[in-house]
Amino acid sequence: MKRAMSRKQKTTIVYGILSIVVMMVVLQLWLLTATMNAFLAGQERVIIPAAVASIICFACNGGLLTYIYRMERR
Amino acid sequence: MNTAPPPTPTRTSPDQLSIPPDGRPYHDQPQWRNDFPIDWPQDEFVARRDFTKFLVLTSFAFVVGQLWIVVENFARKRKGLPPVKRIASAEAIPVGGSLVFSYPEPHDTCIVVRAGAQQYFAYNQKCTHLSCAVIPDLAHGRFHCPCHNGSFELRSGIPIAGPPRRPLERILVEIREGDLYATGREVRA
Repeated sequence: MKRAMSRKQKTTIVYGILSIVVMMVVLQLWLLTATMNAFLAGQERVIIPAAVASIICFACNGGLLTYIYRMERR
Repeated sequence: MNTAPPPTPTRTSPDQLSIPPDGRPYHDQPQWRNDFPIDWPQDEFVARRDFTKFLVLTSFAFVVGQLWIVVENFARKRKGLPPVKRIASAEAIPVGGSLVFSYPEPHDTCIVVRAGAQQYFAYNQKCTHLSCAVIPDLAHGRFHCPCHNGSFELRSGIPIAGPPRRPLERILVEIREGDLYATGREVRA
């Protein structure tokens, strides 16, 4: 049987997840500015791949947030 | 009349520092009591969790921004090539003079400079830094942006000083039967 995690353990996990989410949001910010720059310069090649990468980052972030809520209910 | 004393609150977990008034453990308490904790460690957990939630919302906003660029790019492609439009009579602009015109839409302000008898240079007037209007400075062979002291080379439109990093959007011009026509535009990296 799994032991329930203590509050301290949960807080440590949230800190870890928060760090990952911060990095991915910064990556998305960079992607958005770089894509906007490319779009204004008439370069279309990067637009779709950057959008896909941003969606993947968001999906990962959403998954991590869901994990936090699931962990809290345990 | 019921005179029985209320149950004595007890801790049910080592994590439970304060005890709710009814003595039941936190997982049996209403949601609001868990979302607005009074214990410092639990408050830290909730604050970080909510900050993560806020960041995920920000992440979603970035995705919306990316998709907006995709839609704008699609709309730009669908528009196709800009039309050919008469600017003015070629002789209406003296050598060393300039003329402001709109191309291709009425709100797209452009400027054409006549540098020599047959030399016309036309660009979108928006500075590529923050969209201020650039001013021709023929004495120094450049376009100058007064907002942040940006400069672009007159003949090529490439940035030579200040914060702009991208060249001015070039407007292609042709002389047809003595009239100056805008025939297209060239967005450059």
